[in-house]
Amino acid sequence: MKILVPVKRVIDYNVKARVKADGSGMELANVKMAMNPFDEIAVEEAVRLKEAGVASEIVAVSCGEAKCQEQLRQALALGADRALLVETTVELQPLAVAKLLKAIVDREAPRLVILGKQAIDDDANQTGQMLAALLDWPQATFASKVAVRGEEIEVTREIDGGLETLAMTLPAVVTTDLRLNEPRYATLPNIMKAKKKPLETLTPAELGVDVAPRLATLKVEEPPARKAGVKVASVAELVDKLRHEAKVIP
Amino acid sequence: MSAANKVLVIAEHDNRQLKKATLCTIRCAAQLGEVHLLIAGSGCAAAAEAASQVEGVAKVLCSDDARYAHPLAAALAPLVTSVAHGYSHLLAPATTFGKDLMPRVAAKLDVAQISDVIAIVSPDTFKRPIYAGNGIATVQSRDAIKVLTVRATAFDPAKVGAGGTALIEALAPIDVPAHTRFVGQALAASDRPELTQARVIVSGGRGLGSAENFHLLDKLADKLGAAVGASRAAVDAGFAPNDWQVGQTGKIVAPELYIAVGISGAIQHLAGMKDSKVIVANNKDPEAPIFQVADYGLVADLFQAVPELTAALG
Repeated sequence: MKILVPVKRVIDYNVKARVKADGSGMELANVKMAMNPFDEIAVEEAVRLKEAGVASEIVAVSCGEAKCQEQLRQALALGADRALLVETTVELQPLAVAKLLKAIVDREAPRLVILGKQAIDDDANQTGQMLAALLDWPQATFASKVAVRGEEIEVTREIDGGLETLAMTLPAVVTTDLRLNEPRYATLPNIMKAKKKPLETLTPAELGVDVAPRLATLKVEEPPARKAGVKVASVAELVDKLRHEAKVIP
Repeated sequence: MSAANKVLVIAEHDNRQLKKATLCTIRCAAQLGEVHLLIAGSGCAAAAEAASQVEGVAKVLCSDDARYAHPLAAALAPLVTSVAHGYSHLLAPATTFGKDLMPRVAAKLDVAQISDVIAIVSPDTFKRPIYAGNGIATVQSRDAIKVLTVRATAFDPAKVGAGGTALIEALAPIDVPAHTRFVGQALAASDRPELTQARVIVSGGRGLGSAENFHLLDKLADKLGAAVGASRAAVDAGFAPNDWQVGQTGKIVAPELYIAVGISGAIQHLAGMKDSKVIVANNKDPEAPIFQVADYGLVADLFQAVPELTAALG
């Protein structure tokens, strides 16, 4: 079984993003970039399915500028077999990415697509669901457990208030949640080997996909700041303040 | 806002009543135009009846069928798209229900989806947080149908029983795909309020040190009638279940009182709770970033402070 794993290049999880002074977007110049953390979990899950003998090949794909090659090389170092970059400098919104991924699925015919539930830059949480819709495939979002049994995949999902389990016939789209697995680190020998693995570059035009944005970002502002309050010296003072000043406890 | 706008809200419900997040979504929808509500369920007549009396709801579309016994996106998306073309806007709460469903609906309609809307600027322009809430983007849609998920904490719930009596119209079910089968559900059994509905939340971080120590928070939560939450670090460490997670990738909450215990205050956590009315932070590190958003900060060892606070609340 072939697995397709889409990965996104985003601001590093540990970097505090700042709004650009002109309000046109976020400041990304000279900011450390990385693979979206949920996509790392997706790569890890695919590698585990390959190690378990369920998957035969893992293809990583990324859409965006040429520098996305860094994230694809990371996916290759973690265990993907080859990579595809759909290169464009156009701002890609989730619907456009879903259409590009559908074109890749039509070409590659994977039985499973695993990707992160959301990217930590636009926080949209849409691409996997949109891809499943365009393909008319089943979807299981927010996965915390995945088990492939023949032509069926059983996925446990993190929903508000607990867990839900779905069984779906393959092919299917799965989006990853935090607890699905703990991604490994790439070893130095694997990083070296990844440099020799195939990485093919395509363009949206070659795939016949119109990626023009549907949403215009008019401006980006700082969120309203919350001012720091006071430090209290004791539990007694805290209780007194909550009771008489904030009036939030009886 | 405009007579031409018609808004369909996709209800999240338990067949008996609407979830609070749905009520908040109705309030948001009312800013856009005439509000209709779609209720799909199995044995959901009571929910439809309750919905018909919610303030601002002009019509309820009710599809009551065994096919909708579980709110699966693959089953609901065809139903929603079948009626979508009569509307200018489709809205659902930005809960796991809405986040699962609405992108599937939007892609079927070949339109963008706008996630986690926190303000309506105009019928085609909306505000939403990005980068864990470090930026608030104002986005304008060029699509004929706007598909939105709504962040419930940004809107007050519409009043229940305060509206008129909206017409309830039966909506015929649509064939659902055979590719997805519901296997089971394990909902956390708790006497406590749900995190997103609680008036008070007591939340723990890595500072708690273990899953056992999280029980310290139970006693405090019991005294306050509070829900218990956790930081991602605490969930990652296995101290607390993921459905307790508050933050960018977990739940977004805005209770009257949020008590953060042993939480350093990573930006991803703040993204999920900084709209709380009153924030209390207890951490032994006086430099912890959580103190920068706390109304009341207590620099103390939580293993002394929490039992003392629990006792002081009598």
